[in-house]
Amino acid sequence: MSEVRDVIIIGSGPAGFTAAIYTARASLRPLMFEGSVTAGGALMNTTEVENYPGFQDGIMGPALMEQMRGQALRFGAEIISDDVVSVDLTGEIKQVTVGSGATHSAKTVILAMGSRYRELGLDSEKRLSGRGVSWCATCDGFFFKGQNIAVVGGGDSAIEEATFLTKFADSVTVIHRRDELRASKIMADRAFANEKISFAWNSEVVEVKGDDKVSGVRLRDTTTGAERDLDVTGLFVAIGHDPRSELVKGQVDVDDEGYVLVQDRSTLTNLPGVFACGDLVDHTYRQAVTAAGTGCAAALDAERHLASLADAEPDAAGQRPLADATA
Amino acid sequence: MSQSTITVTDDTFDSDVIKSTKPVLVDYWAEWCGPCRMVAPILEEIATEHADKLTIAKLNVDENPKAAAMAGVTSIPTLAVYQGGEVVKMIIGAKPKQSLLSDLAEFL
Repeated sequence: MSEVRDVIIIGSGPAGFTAAIYTARASLRPLMFEGSVTAGGALMNTTEVENYPGFQDGIMGPALMEQMRGQALRFGAEIISDDVVSVDLTGEIKQVTVGSGATHSAKTVILAMGSRYRELGLDSEKRLSGRGVSWCATCDGFFFKGQNIAVVGGGDSAIEEATFLTKFADSVTVIHRRDELRASKIMADRAFANEKISFAWNSEVVEVKGDDKVSGVRLRDTTTGAERDLDVTGLFVAIGHDPRSELVKGQVDVDDEGYVLVQDRSTLTNLPGVFACGDLVDHTYRQAVTAAGTGCAAALDAERHLASLADAEPDAAGQRPLADATA
Repeated sequence: MSQSTITVTDDTFDSDVIKSTKPVLVDYWAEWCGPCRMVAPILEEIATEHADKLTIAKLNVDENPKAAAMAGVTSIPTLAVYQGGEVVKMIIGAKPKQSLLSDLAEFL
């Protein structure tokens, strides 16, 4: 049986790393599972981040995450590049099992698994995934040089992707179900001013066309129901995200959409010693800086919980485990 | 770190992949692709552990557009397994080691 840690953190976006920085600075030696292929979280697939405070000239998403990781390591956080495959969070000592088969235990667990991109849910989308259907403009834009492509969605990520893709594509059509964008004004204005970007308003994708690669999309007008075809060779899907809560469902309370429920303005879940932060709990804001903010709150909530455990056990009061107490 | 993967280019694709007697997994990747960097060390591990059964070849799509276009790659990472000159399996996107191992089970 391995050592019982004070804090395990699951997830490595801005929420997870901020929780790691705070708990590490508090000498709690947090153990983070950053994920084998999802490490760094959603910002790893973005380009320029212009609205994270402290970076006057902006910073690239992956570079920002590298900074956060380094900052957490500097204070003694331990980071393991593996995926958590199962958890038992109900007892006083929480168990976390990872892909390699190892089980780790801790008195508190901070959940920061973030969210994953949402799919349209069409068979044709699945079939043509990697054949012209993509979820990562920064990865795949390159393959669409000189082509006519489309982006589905109307939020900030959709508009950021559309703008980015004009570097490669001849034209980018933004397909949106409503008649106005949800994206912030600065992003929207940039897109409206870009002559390569046009808009298919009140439109939803009913089918992605093509045998072995995308040749077009079939759109339905959301007001009239009329259908039409749009000839494109690429389709980037940016219609939002769903929380990655399936790992903890059944133990931790989640709402109808799968977001982990927390008490009032805290990060406390229904289970004592289990805290949740970042996009995993956030319906509303979903920004890097709000995720970092709740990651900090989770760290402070976990610290307070550990202090109350120490108070309840006079023998251990005020004592932290020694730094090298590995079993 | 010693490399267990090989590097292929447009010029060596035919000899190293198409004419290979062993199955070859070609990792279509690029510098700018975050998920490609994530999956790279996992592929090194699989290459080391299964060197007798499967060759793992890295192909930089930026420097070798011909091979990528031939394979119809529009998303990276794309992991394509070639056997007897034909693509017999296509894996799109970065996946954890355990999922890759189960996707590749028939070749290992």
